[in-house]
Amino acid sequence: MKAGDAALARVIDAVHAARADRTPLEIRGGGTKSFYGEMPSGRPLPLAALDGITSYEPSELVVTARAGTRLAELEAALAVQEQCLAFEPPRFAAGGTVGGMVAAGLSGPARAAAGSVRDHLLGATVLNGRGELLTFGGQVMKNVAGYDVARLLCGSWGILGLICQVSLKVLPRRPAALTLCFDCSEAEALQRLRHWASRPLPVTASAWHDGRLYLRLAGARAALDAAQAELGGAPLDADVAERWWRGVRDHRLEFFAIGAAALARGEALWRVSLPAASAPLGLPGAQFIEWGGNLRWLRGGASASLVRAAAGAAGGHATLVRAADKSAGAFTPVGEPLLGLHRRLKESFDPHGIFNPGRLYPGL
Amino acid sequence: MRVNALPAAADEAETQARRAEVMAALARALPRAALLWRREDTAPYECDGLTAYRAAPLLVVMPHSDAEVAAVLAVCHALEVPVVARGAGTGLSGGALPHRLGVTLSLAKFTRILQVDPLACTAVVQAGVRNLSISEAAAPFGLYYAPDPSSQIACTIGGNVAENAGGVHCLKYGLTLHNVLRVRGYTAAGEPVEFGSAALDAAGLDLLPIIVGSEGMLAVVTEATVKLIPMPPLARCIMASFGDIESAGSAVANIIARGIIPAGLELMDRRMTAAAENFVHAGYDLEAAAILLCESDGTAAEVAEEIERMMAVLRASGATRIEVSADEAQRQRFWSGRKNAFPASGGISPDYLCMDSTIPRRHLAEMLRTIESMESTYGLRCVNVFHAGDGNLHPLILFDAADPDELRRAERFGADILETSVRLGGTVTGEHGVGVEKLNSMCVQFSAAEREQFFAIKRAFDPRELLNPGKVIPSLQRCAEYGKMHVHRGMLRFAELPRF
Repeated sequence: MKAGDAALARVIDAVHAARADRTPLEIRGGGTKSFYGEMPSGRPLPLAALDGITSYEPSELVVTARAGTRLAELEAALAVQEQCLAFEPPRFAAGGTVGGMVAAGLSGPARAAAGSVRDHLLGATVLNGRGELLTFGGQVMKNVAGYDVARLLCGSWGILGLICQVSLKVLPRRPAALTLCFDCSEAEALQRLRHWASRPLPVTASAWHDGRLYLRLAGARAALDAAQAELGGAPLDADVAERWWRGVRDHRLEFFAIGAAALARGEALWRVSLPAASAPLGLPGAQFIEWGGNLRWLRGGASASLVRAAAGAAGGHATLVRAADKSAGAFTPVGEPLLGLHRRLKESFDPHGIFNPGRLYPGL
Repeated sequence: MRVNALPAAADEAETQARRAEVMAALARALPRAALLWRREDTAPYECDGLTAYRAAPLLVVMPHSDAEVAAVLAVCHALEVPVVARGAGTGLSGGALPHRLGVTLSLAKFTRILQVDPLACTAVVQAGVRNLSISEAAAPFGLYYAPDPSSQIACTIGGNVAENAGGVHCLKYGLTLHNVLRVRGYTAAGEPVEFGSAALDAAGLDLLPIIVGSEGMLAVVTEATVKLIPMPPLARCIMASFGDIESAGSAVANIIARGIIPAGLELMDRRMTAAAENFVHAGYDLEAAAILLCESDGTAAEVAEEIERMMAVLRASGATRIEVSADEAQRQRFWSGRKNAFPASGGISPDYLCMDSTIPRRHLAEMLRTIESMESTYGLRCVNVFHAGDGNLHPLILFDAADPDELRRAERFGADILETSVRLGGTVTGEHGVGVEKLNSMCVQFSAAEREQFFAIKRAFDPRELLNPGKVIPSLQRCAEYGKMHVHRGMLRFAELPRF
């Protein structure tokens, strides 16, 4: 990044000003994930002007973009070259940005097969709370020079530093895809998913909801034909399947749409992240399972303590994604010594506490 | 020998006194047999795979249990004794080089595979478990652990976590970070701590990526939960010859540009090929200026289709000879030369320095030409073997350590390669780590503010700076001195200014 860049200069000025008058900043990309996590607070600092794809070398499998770049713009540029973000970041609404995608650290249906946004992040340029512009990682696939700070920023919800630019690994789009459906119970679905996970099958996504298991395969035509012969199941029409997986990715399916009335009744959407082979949770409410059993969305009125206890007992954690009342905390709290590490890391990046205070945990 | 010069007599007395003090405190916490202090017992720990750098540790401790590790750390924390954790000692950058007044904490006794879970596709292993033995334990379930550094028969998972080790298959399957779900261990003060989880993410900040690759500076890892993936039913390897190194370099870029991600994509130059052929008789083409090894894995149908596409690109890129492995034995033979590249180099030179920078793939040919011209500048030979698909270079600078001038020239040659890599948009280390070897080069890649942020992270984990101190991040003074003595193409003249 060039220090002379006008949009960057304005952001740097805003950080210095916030530091000087001790006013916290709410770092804003597209605002499409403002419902997620703890409530944003502070003086809004929009990054929309800090946009644009800085460099894109398809043969290097790397794209570098400034934080305010619209995710839609980035994905369109990749599609022209038959490439994609393999981790399928969710787009809860139009207007999401690349910086927001990294700060939230959320990945979509392909996560279990292709890895997470963190796995594909190669480097980042970030402003720390002292207003210093720092670059960690780079544009190459392998890099162990110093601590991997860029990846620490993934899912940090902007509390450590202000992400200005990122470099991401991109991958070729898979040539052909096939979605197979199976009618089965939750327990049976979980069993099948784990069995398939240990077989060399070109599975790129899986989901179970309301008695139906969906399996997405992608790769060479020959491999898909062989997999279908082995697995059976009913193939879904290609257009229908694409729309359906987009609905899973972007939470457009009916399951994820909790209206104001339902929220007021105490219904909530939970994201429960579990070890892959965990048994059915047995919690009240409706469920949507993804990632071969690793991810279980729960919709209903179960209490926070019940959901968190069940997730914790299974070795996982639970995030309260949509709810009228988030007083139980949006994210599962961490204990010592991790909490102390969180505090000291925050202090090391942002000694004056100006970046997104409280967005991840209250008081952090 | 040069890093921690032999202490003067007064220092020696002080060292003895300190040793007695630390020994006495540790002896209360663990059995006497777990403490090594006689010179003949500690000698094997004086260096890691980077043998040009040696130092005698104050003590070596070999705990057998987690409780003993916690106790060692608590004692060292209380007495402010540096702690250098050590796995198999195969590292190539001096990351496990002992501290003269520190304890070397060997995890050699942590060799148990605690669990292989074929349903979850994970294994829980202690830090001292060898990389290859994870895959051996998973094999009955049709699963394996993907990262395969060349030293995989000896190196341990704890060391792999410390260095974020790669291997020839990481282009398609990722580095250690991408294949580890959780690590458990202890903080510098000896408190138990867990990073990551058995799920695909954990609550709070994602600390796993800064622990993996932190070279033992942030915590001591005693256990790892790793991902296992299904063994592909078939793998075949293409060996392609090229008449000049540029064509081989562009063939690499062309394969990726066609949307193919090979399971492995490796390049060796003529001299490396000759040395490897002499060492293992892999059947390499000795006439070629460079050879590429390009692997496809998957089902038989997938492999057949991909091998066809790969061969078409290789031919169009000017391959002069193409051979595809006919069976598993031949595939293993193709790889045997590549995997033995380092020992083979030992056969053609008394010593070698292995560099490890990564550059954007499009600069491979330019980099190779530059290295060739450096050979005459420094009066030393260099053989090249690359993880070409990742742009990760391993130039091996051949020298004789018995000649101090040759060692000095080899180090300067290496630093020149690293600085050129940074100039081309790359990094000074792709998978071997910084250790002590690349401290100076870190001054070139990172600004003073970036290095200070690294130190601040270090202090957040280890406020007394006791875990592997002096490694990875160079001090401000060191960079200032390096800048003065080694102004190179003007690159370092403003080393302390922020770079954008």
